[in-house]
Amino acid sequence: MATLDVLKNDLSENTNLRDDLARVTKDPNAIAGLFPAARRRYGQEPLADGWTTDEAARALLLAAAPAEQIGEVYRYGDTAEKLAVLKALPLLPIGDAGVPLLEDALRTNDTRLVAAALGPYSDHLAQDTWRQAVLKCVFMGVPLKGVHRLAERADPELGAMLRAFALERHAAGRDMPPDAHALLDQLKEA
Amino acid sequence: MRIFDPHIHMTSRTTDDYQRMAEAGVRAVVEPAFWLGQPRTNPGSFTDYFDSIIGWEPFRASQFGIRHHATIALNPKEANDPRCRPVLDLLPRYLAKDGVVAVGEIGYDSMTPAEDEVFAAQLALALDHDLPALVHTPHRDKARGTLRSLDVIKESGIDPGRVALDHLNEVTVEDAREAGVWIGFSIYPDTKMSPDRMVEILRKYGTERVLVNSAADWGKSDPLLTVRTAEAMLAGGFGAGDVDRLLWRNPVEFYAQSGRLDLSDIEEAEATFAGNSILRGGS
Repeated sequence: MATLDVLKNDLSENTNLRDDLARVTKDPNAIAGLFPAARRRYGQEPLADGWTTDEAARALLLAAAPAEQIGEVYRYGDTAEKLAVLKALPLLPIGDAGVPLLEDALRTNDTRLVAAALGPYSDHLAQDTWRQAVLKCVFMGVPLKGVHRLAERADPELGAMLRAFALERHAAGRDMPPDAHALLDQLKEA
Repeated sequence: MRIFDPHIHMTSRTTDDYQRMAEAGVRAVVEPAFWLGQPRTNPGSFTDYFDSIIGWEPFRASQFGIRHHATIALNPKEANDPRCRPVLDLLPRYLAKDGVVAVGEIGYDSMTPAEDEVFAAQLALALDHDLPALVHTPHRDKARGTLRSLDVIKESGIDPGRVALDHLNEVTVEDAREAGVWIGFSIYPDTKMSPDRMVEILRKYGTERVLVNSAADWGKSDPLLTVRTAEAMLAGGFGAGDVDRLLWRNPVEFYAQSGRLDLSDIEEAEATFAGNSILRGGS
């Protein structure tokens, strides 16, 4: 599993990043110009565990800045930046301070942001918010296989919501995605 | 036919437009930041708009196979409202984005001192961020506005080859051409420029350093007038190569000067279509 130490090690040869991390440590506001430019400054090569250089560099930049910068970086981020912040959240020592960012992502209509909000950091989401998020995935056609701890967290209330949704879809002559049906079956058996 | 519309305000257009554009061959667009019908009153209103043209619009466009980039600036009209001016301090954040390929639209609306100041400040930002600039010429007093814009561009020290001067017509084209900037034409249903007039201009000046766009927005405009211009060129004796240069290779060349124009998705899709069996039914 990726940790900040693993990512730091993976990028230890990246001299641009090494210099920029030192800059951000000295002047946290420098992150405003460096974070968006990550692909151009550090590259976009694949690393282990589904990370890329730019995503890992962005996680390390966030770790080098004071926690209050995280919300600002997310606020002004384009989609790739927002996705990188969401991916970095579980690695950062911020407790549940990142929950408003997940809630922001879940309000969007961008399937990539909604999917990213349901990664490991979604452990911090309240159960009712989490259920709505899972249902939104089903509604938008976001595959459920990416939802962190889905089988463990799914409860009878989510089952009731999915059954009602399946009924509406059925009335419209449409079907619910197969992964949502599979989840319903699992909930019935429990 | 592949079309790159170098200036279109998709935030004002419907998904039906995206559909029709994709069907007609539009594969890439650039959406410049500009004013909306309703004037804005605070910087937050701008940043939400910028977020939309670097976030939501590229996502919407991608659903139709269209690549979307943006240009970012404080437009000349709203540069006159002191409540909006603080957005200038937020521009560097946006000018650092991968999807931002120029500073724009900048230039003049009513040629006020405030517009002078904001125009010059944003040309300096283009130099700082190593970005080209997209300059709007005013709808009223256009000839004088064009000359004054060319003066400000010259004074700024930016390479004229990295500037597009837009919304030109028969009266203003000559001065812009001589100054060495890219010359832009917005093809509109009734105003600015028509496909047939455009063909005449191309006959006179050629296709080099010329950009043709629909500038479609919330007014009476048509996102397919780029395509109609291509058709008028073919009917008027231009070849397919001229059309491809004007409506694809030219905008690519202009915006590629940013170092950030990324058409890899589209090139991949075209490569797949041309060379791979999947889209030809597995044969």
